[in-house]
Amino acid sequence: MTARLRASALRLGYGDAVVVDGLDLDVPDGKVTAVVGPNGCGKSTLLRALGRLLRPRAGEVRLDGRRLDRIPTREVARTIGMLPQSPVAPDGLTVADLVMRGRHPHQNWFRQWSAADQEVVTEALEWTDIRDLADRAVDTLSGGQRQRAWISMALAQGTEILLLDEPTTYLDLSHQIDVLDLVARLHRERGRTIVMVLHDLSLAARYADHVVAMRDGRIVAQGPPASVFTVELLADVFGLAALVVPDPATGTPLVVPLPRPATRMANQAV
Amino acid sequence: MTALLVRPAGRRLVRAGRLSTTVSARSVVVGAAGLAATAAVAVVSIGQGSFTIAPADVVDVLLGGGTGAQRLVVLDLRLPRILTALLVGAALAASGALTQTFTRNPLASPDVLGVTNGASLGAVAVIVLAGPASGAVPLAALAGGLVAATLVYLLAWRRGIDGYRLVLVGLGVGEIVQSGVSWFLVRAEIVDAARATVWLNGSVAGADWAQVRPLAAALAVLLPVAVATSFTLQALQFDDDVTRSLGVRLQPARLAVVLTAVALAAAAVSAAGPVEFVAFVVPQIALRLCGGSRPPVLVSAILGALLVSAADLAARTTLPDRELPVGLVTAIVGAPYLLWLLVRTNRRVSA
Repeated sequence: MTARLRASALRLGYGDAVVVDGLDLDVPDGKVTAVVGPNGCGKSTLLRALGRLLRPRAGEVRLDGRRLDRIPTREVARTIGMLPQSPVAPDGLTVADLVMRGRHPHQNWFRQWSAADQEVVTEALEWTDIRDLADRAVDTLSGGQRQRAWISMALAQGTEILLLDEPTTYLDLSHQIDVLDLVARLHRERGRTIVMVLHDLSLAARYADHVVAMRDGRIVAQGPPASVFTVELLADVFGLAALVVPDPATGTPLVVPLPRPATRMANQAV
Repeated sequence: MTALLVRPAGRRLVRAGRLSTTVSARSVVVGAAGLAATAAVAVVSIGQGSFTIAPADVVDVLLGGGTGAQRLVVLDLRLPRILTALLVGAALAASGALTQTFTRNPLASPDVLGVTNGASLGAVAVIVLAGPASGAVPLAALAGGLVAATLVYLLAWRRGIDGYRLVLVGLGVGEIVQSGVSWFLVRAEIVDAARATVWLNGSVAGADWAQVRPLAAALAVLLPVAVATSFTLQALQFDDDVTRSLGVRLQPARLAVVLTAVALAAAAVSAAGPVEFVAFVVPQIALRLCGGSRPPVLVSAILGALLVSAADLAARTTLPDRELPVGLVTAIVGAPYLLWLLVRTNRRVSA
């Protein structure tokens, strides 16, 4: 397994709080990696450090063997794309304008637009199936459309590595599947390396090649979904009593939470 | 099958040598119309006064003709004043467009950067302490504006500048500085206080070439810089994480925009005092006329020149025996127009 992006002995935090400590991670090239773990375990913080949005307190992130914080920002932005959890676009910005912004790291003051940019943007819009929305304002889109527009922008950035922080949050199940299918296609047809934070464990198992389970700022287990999603690990990481059965559709692990005694009694009482 | 390439609606690709960018067709139309209107207002305005000159003769004089008396009135008396109005309007509006974009706040104006209040304190202090005749007023205003802006920037710094925090700190510092202005006004002799009040309302009356030259020189540098920052502004209008993941070094980029905005506002305020409302309202008008997601810098500058020159014309001609401060008129003219646009375009307020 090769890894262009690696973190070692990483310590991350905000203000006085240390969120992640002593974390090592090799992001497998050309694979889809899902980061899972309970709220507040440092998943998003880790992703922000991998995307150079957060400077490590200690340890380092390296891209192709070079320390991330020593590489010029624009160069990083041409290799690593990052979609934050709830990105904010200004009112009135059209979808086409948003996706065009993805070309920013490839442009400079005197070459703000090129034929190549135009092709990439068109392709990104088509890939995400939002060509018809090109002239709509982003703030008028539905949640699913908006998320596809942002992914389209990240796509137009043309990076080998794509970091997605909870790309399916706030979406209904069918739109979650849309977004994840898109991610899977990106990986399959473009060979992109993708790291995404996901909350739905069964979907993570279905779409990821590699799963990283975190708790309290540390990696507790990592590997193929089948090796990570075990009854013991779910109890250990999430404090969740669950069955793990093969997904009838795909054969990947399906996590079925067990009803808790108190809940069952409450249900019966109703 | 590759269908037509997508291009944002109403955009044209512009190439000049190695330079290539996209320009919105609507902005070109609005900008051209604004320039034409500004030129018309300027010509009419130069002709108005106790010695009336027909617009055709004004153009004649500007092109090098005219009688001796006409040349004296136009070139020495009225042209400096109208140029000051044009330049002040352009500088304030461009400064406002930059400020509103990088703070992502449509209510922001260079006032929140501390420039205007600082300049007021500097100017009023000199008027009250050294007497109204002192030629140091513009310099004191410039110094006051720059010192206050630096103070706001430093106080707002907390491992970087955050637009929202900057606005809050700017409002706080503004209040303190404003109370300094009031203190000087209360202490002042009545004549000086009246003088200071005229300055505080913003006025281009009595502007001469000595005032125009430094202002024009400043704008010759700053306006192109402001337009050039548009490339960075495109990325700065997102939240910090998105901006940085687009490869923008956030703090240097923000500092460059703040410096440009402060310098533009300081140049304008030291020449004419705080002309109310221009920096705040003109970028929003330009945004609504041109469409898009942020106020266009160049069109804002053109419309700012138009608003202040038209306001100055109105200030000089509305009342027969006395002049109104231009800042009063910009507010009277600008506010209803913005309200009308807000009602008509049914669009959420945004920077």
